[in-house]
Amino acid sequence: MTRDDIRKTLAEALARVAPETDFDALRPERPLRDQLDIDSFDFLNVIVHLHDKLGVDIPEADYAKLATLGGAVDYLETRLAPGHIT
Amino acid sequence: MPSLGADMEAGTLVEWQVKPGQRVKRGDVVAVVETDKGAVEVEIWDDAVVDQLLVEPGTKVPVGKVLARLRAEGEAPAPAGVAPREAEGLGAALSPVQPVRAPRLKVSPVARRRAEELGVDLALVKPSGPEGVISMGDVERSAQGRAASAAKPAALDKLAAMRQAIAAAMAKSKREIPHYYLGTSIDVSTAIGWLEQQNLKRPVTERVLLAALLLRSVAMALKEVPELNGFWVDGAFKPIQAVHLGVAIALRGGGLVAPAIHDADRKTVPQIMHALSDLVTRARGGALRSSELADATVTVTNLGEQGVEAVFGVIYPPQVALVGFGKVVERPWAERGGLYVRRVIHATLCADHRASVGHRGGQFLSALDRCLQEPEKL
Repeated sequence: MTRDDIRKTLAEALARVAPETDFDALRPERPLRDQLDIDSFDFLNVIVHLHDKLGVDIPEADYAKLATLGGAVDYLETRLAPGHIT
Repeated sequence: MPSLGADMEAGTLVEWQVKPGQRVKRGDVVAVVETDKGAVEVEIWDDAVVDQLLVEPGTKVPVGKVLARLRAEGEAPAPAGVAPREAEGLGAALSPVQPVRAPRLKVSPVARRRAEELGVDLALVKPSGPEGVISMGDVERSAQGRAASAAKPAALDKLAAMRQAIAAAMAKSKREIPHYYLGTSIDVSTAIGWLEQQNLKRPVTERVLLAALLLRSVAMALKEVPELNGFWVDGAFKPIQAVHLGVAIALRGGGLVAPAIHDADRKTVPQIMHALSDLVTRARGGALRSSELADATVTVTNLGEQGVEAVFGVIYPPQVALVGFGKVVERPWAERGGLYVRRVIHATLCADHRASVGHRGGQFLSALDRCLQEPEKL
């Protein structure tokens, strides 16, 4: 899975909870919560969507690593890398 | 047309989900109604057979208007053409409309042609010229105005209607309810630690948010102070045995609804989480049920997500209390001579002084604190 595929899945997940999201306008280094009006329910739904689509079970302790778009892509890339032990 | 909250005056029937002759049981969804709060699934209150459907889909009717007739099992159908008795004399208010002869319009020939091109009704055009003659400019201005109002998205109208409904309920609350406010800081470190441990064992789809634990604690604390759970009606407090927790849910674009989690005092924390998740999803997707909007016995609002530390809310009439939570913050916490860093939440209670006194309100907040110190017992 490439970084582009990961970005596409993240875009889908965010579009489900915040349909008005202009994904391409999101700043990768800024917290998503500052750029989108999402709450903990929306965030949990994003985590569930990523689990369904990518098969990644993200523990609560790792939520902070998904606070920014850039962080989320990096995190998922590592988790999805071949040979990664979960 | 059921009243889905003190602020509702009318609703539009969107569709029937039953047919005449169909048997229904209590709790079945029989129709979908469009209200200021979005589309609502209307449930039936009795076991019965649908006799006649009296309102056509697409019709806007006032609260109290009869939508359908039911009959008991085995009862003969009502003869066709028998009009049901109205809840209130609504029919009498409708008088036949007198036909009005349109006055002769003064229109310049070029304006008349332009009006035909643009499809403008000349009777609706305001003349600006001398002696009330409609000019071509008047026709064009009218066409522009019409285009502008047609372009206004339906979503904005809905939001405006919801704003009106909130305005009516909140103004009534502040006009009639003598609010008093209490607040306290609660150490939630133990509760959050417990929840994190529980969530480690759960798959992602079954994780519980702190909100569910807070709601469960509110339900338990209300059992100790029942004068906060119920309605103020006809000048007296009417306590309600069941705890139906209204949950304030912000909608995208600025709307707000507070549907109920039924019997929260009899649900476990995971069950409350499940109900909450379902409610938030349906509230934002626009498919709440009539009972959820009509019967909350108290409301809880959690504005911590937006970063505020304390909420001083407005009670939703006819309820008599509103419980607010701010965000969880790390704070220095002195206890038994020691100083610690603890995770703390600010809980507030706004209550109707006609139904309860501050002393009892204080007991509620201390019960809430106690419940949150023993999360494993919730």
